[in-house]
Order: sequence, then C-alpha cells, then structure tokens
Amino acid sequence: MHIPDGFLSPPVFISGWAVALGVLSYALKKTRKILKDKLVPLMGVMAAFIFAAQMLNFPVLGGTSGHFLGGALASVTLGPYVGAIVLSLVLIVQCLIFQDGGLTTLGANIFNMAIVGTILSYYLYVLLRKIFPKTNMLIAVFISSWFSVVLAATFCALELSLSGTLQFGVVLPAMVFVHIFIGIGEAIITTFILSFILKVRPDLIYREQK
Amino acid sequence: MKRKDIFIGLLIAITLAIFSFLASSSPDGLEKVAEDKNFIEKATAILKSPIPDYLFPGITNEKVAASLAGIFGVLVVFILAITIGKLLKEK
Repeated sequence: MHIPDGFLSPPVFISGWAVALGVLSYALKKTRKILKDKLVPLMGVMAAFIFAAQMLNFPVLGGTSGHFLGGALASVTLGPYVGAIVLSLVLIVQCLIFQDGGLTTLGANIFNMAIVGTILSYYLYVLLRKIFPKTNMLIAVFISSWFSVVLAATFCALELSLSGTLQFGVVLPAMVFVHIFIGIGEAIITTFILSFILKVRPDLIYREQK
Repeated sequence: MKRKDIFIGLLIAITLAIFSFLASSSPDGLEKVAEDKNFIEKATAILKSPIPDYLFPGITNEKVAASLAGIFGVLVVFILAITIGKLLKEK
C-alpha cells in the first residue's frame, strides 16, 4: 500500500512527514541505548529479507495482489524502534531507487507501515502476550501481524479521505476489506518465519529490557 | 549472529529476489481500490527513479531485469542497514 504522489493533499502529506520524522528521531535516540553488537547484522539481514519479500506479490481475491509488509516480523526480532528504522530504510530505498511510493507521500508511508505497522503492532503483540501469558507466542504473532496490515490500511484510508481523494465512508470499507485478506497472507508468512527462527535461533527474538 | 547466519540470511533474501519475476502482476490493495473508485489517474511521480517498477534498465528480458533489480535492492538495503546500525552503536 505504497501511496504514490498525487493521492494526498499537501496538509496531509506534510503532517505525515512531521509525525514520521518526529517518531523516527525518537526511535533513533532510543536505539542508541539498546543497540548491541549482535543486533547490527540482524538489522542487515532483516532489511534484505523484508525488501525481497515485499517484491513477491501474491494473488488475493479476483484480480488483486498483496505483498508481505514485515513490520511485525521486524519488531518481534529487532524490537519496535530498531524495527521501525529498518522498515523506514526499506521504504526510503523503494521510493528513491524503485519509484515505489511517492516522495511527497514518503512520510505518510513511513507513518502507516513503519510506525503503525511496526511500532503499534509490536505493542499489540506485547499486550496479547500479557493478557494470555500461557498461550503460544505464535498466536500473538499471528493476530498482531494481521492487525499490522489492517491498521496500516485503515490509516491509509483516513489520509486519503482527509486529502479529499475519496469519502471516508467509501474508502475505509474498500481498503479494509481487501487488506483483511492481504493481512491473512501477512500473518501466515510472519508466523511461519518466526516459528522457524524459534526452532533454529530462539535467541534472535527480541526481549524487552527491564 | 555468526558470519554463517548472516550469509544464510542474505542468501535467502537474494533467492527470493531472483524469483521476484514470479510475483503476481495484479494491482495491490491500494491500487485496486484506486482503480475501482476511479482515482488512480491522480497518481503521479515527482521523482525520476533509476530503477522504476523493479526492472533493471537496459535489459529486454523482463525476468532477468526483475531478478537483477531485486538483487541490487537487497544488497543496497543490507549495506545501508548495517552501516546505520554501526553508526548508531558507536555513538
């Protein structure tokens, strides 16, 4: 759901930039305190994997495709702030080198996918783990990764309607409906990869510092 | 992460990138909504990117062009992420 130039009005995309830059500078500050040696190569591998996986559009419904987002995968392995930085980096490279997502709308795309889809989905995951501490963590992963896509689509719809591109009552159900299905793809892929990581390298799962 | 793990991770990413030509070419969720609701024509691009649409320029075989664009992108984000990580850690 990379928003191209032209879909958002200046007040909306400027707000998108402001919020994205604000949250990212906070994330960079946070990251300086928590970043350890072992996390640096994982940042590289996660960025590489998420970039490649985002290229692989899978078919959903008739004549529509979806692709992996990776926000939940990044935050469960790297933590919410390093995860958001990695997702933002992927979005910046996609915009500047591959013309995927607009330049004016890059802030909004970072907000939707690297902040809502990564940081917010991480706290949903943490909340689920707190409410159901005895349940398998992969169930929390499945649910929060599904929400990461649906919530990102919801904010995308909100931005489109605030820009006057389409009425909220029309764009919200349309965006949410298709992303309910894309989200299932996201949840299956994220859960599969994390179950694999849990099996071979459980130490790569992010642990909140006390 | 050991050197071996980094290598395996990067290899998985490059393999996915090589097979990116298999990706569905149908519009994605947002594009589909934009087509159905008739605002797709509002889409513009104010920036001329060097590798638009994930196809490496100057290569007529689209599958090869897609694979090359993917491998290039994977290496770029990998190097940038490692560099940012190192810079952040040193401070």
